[in-house]
Amino acid sequence: MGVDSQGPGFFTSRLSDGIAWARKWSLFPYPFVTACCGMEYMSVASAHYDLDRFGAAWPRFTPRQADMLLVVGTISHKMAPVLKRVYDQMCEPKWVVAFGVCTCTGGFYDNYATVQGIDRVIPVDLYIPGCPPRPETVLDGLMKLQQRITESHHTLREDVRKPVVGGVNTT
Amino acid sequence: MTEPATTLDDNPVIARLREAFGDAIVETHAHRGDVTAVIAPDRYKEAIRLLKTDAELAFDFLTDLTAVDRLKLKKKPRFEVVVHLYSRKNNSRFRLKTRPANDREPEVDSIVDIIAGANWPEREVFDMFGITFTGHPNLKRILMYEEFVGHPLRKDYPVNKRQPLVPMREIPEDRPNIYSF
Ligand code: SF4
Repeated sequence: MGVDSQGPGFFTSRLSDGIAWARKWSLFPYPFVTACCGMEYMSVASAHYDLDRFGAAWPRFTPRQADMLLVVGTISHKMAPVLKRVYDQMCEPKWVVAFGVCTCTGGFYDNYATVQGIDRVIPVDLYIPGCPPRPETVLDGLMKLQQRITESHHTLREDVRKPVVGGVNTT
Repeated sequence: MTEPATTLDDNPVIARLREAFGDAIVETHAHRGDVTAVIAPDRYKEAIRLLKTDAELAFDFLTDLTAVDRLKLKKKPRFEVVVHLYSRKNNSRFRLKTRPANDREPEVDSIVDIIAGANWPEREVFDMFGITFTGHPNLKRILMYEEFVGHPLRKDYPVNKRQPLVPMREIPEDRPNIYSF
């Protein structure tokens, strides 16, 4: 990355890189675990595969302290409002991981009860297919997410804000 | 009662039911030692009481209570409530079925006051098939949400019908084709 008079200044791009580095190594996950994939999540998180190597091992059980929403397991239509609410409560910056084929597309549960992919409810950054995905697949996916974080632009204050209507923040 | 019999003729449970209910036993069959009797819905509750309280039979454990929608089998009546019972005393199993006459608003007596464990299974059958259990203390949906319309395990429930609670977004264009991995 050269210093370019057209592009962002040297200082802001260095700052963005620094924030990206900090953010990608401190992805606090919120495990939204609803089904069998949870076992695989536990396997990834515990000592053998050790998510901690990637700075993503400290599950926060409040959405307000989490950066990465790990949606692990089948999401039913009954559960969808809860997932939406948890997502809305998370602060920017946030990333959403669809863990397992159920969350990617609904998987083989093509029926009255199941949401056909959580991207029908909330935006998704990373899809990890598999039923359940092997821990290696999850780690591969996590590294892809870190890559994406490295490549995107960061500022100290996230400027992604919802519009304020009539003095009341709509979220 | 000793060994559970495999043929119907000498099956003591069937014999006992026939003795007590006569023609109300509509049908019987056995498959690999599993014995089934179909009873008229108006005698169903009595039969459950007999099976449970009779000192010889002692079917004191409800394994499962479920239902079948026989719409696509083109059978009349359409619904069938199936009760699986187990006797700890005799280590034997028995299946009792009953077919509510009304296909539009099927109704069966609740057996919760005889077998308390039937409470949730009856609610599930009500939720999934829309069969009303008269006398049930708390007959409301157990699995689906209150806003859900219809009964999803009925064979005429459209297989692709969804009833989302939150507005559904469009499928994003960048959703990867995960099946091509
Ligand atoms: S993807 Fe497979 S393992 Fe994961 S929640 Fe769905 S059914 Fe269970």
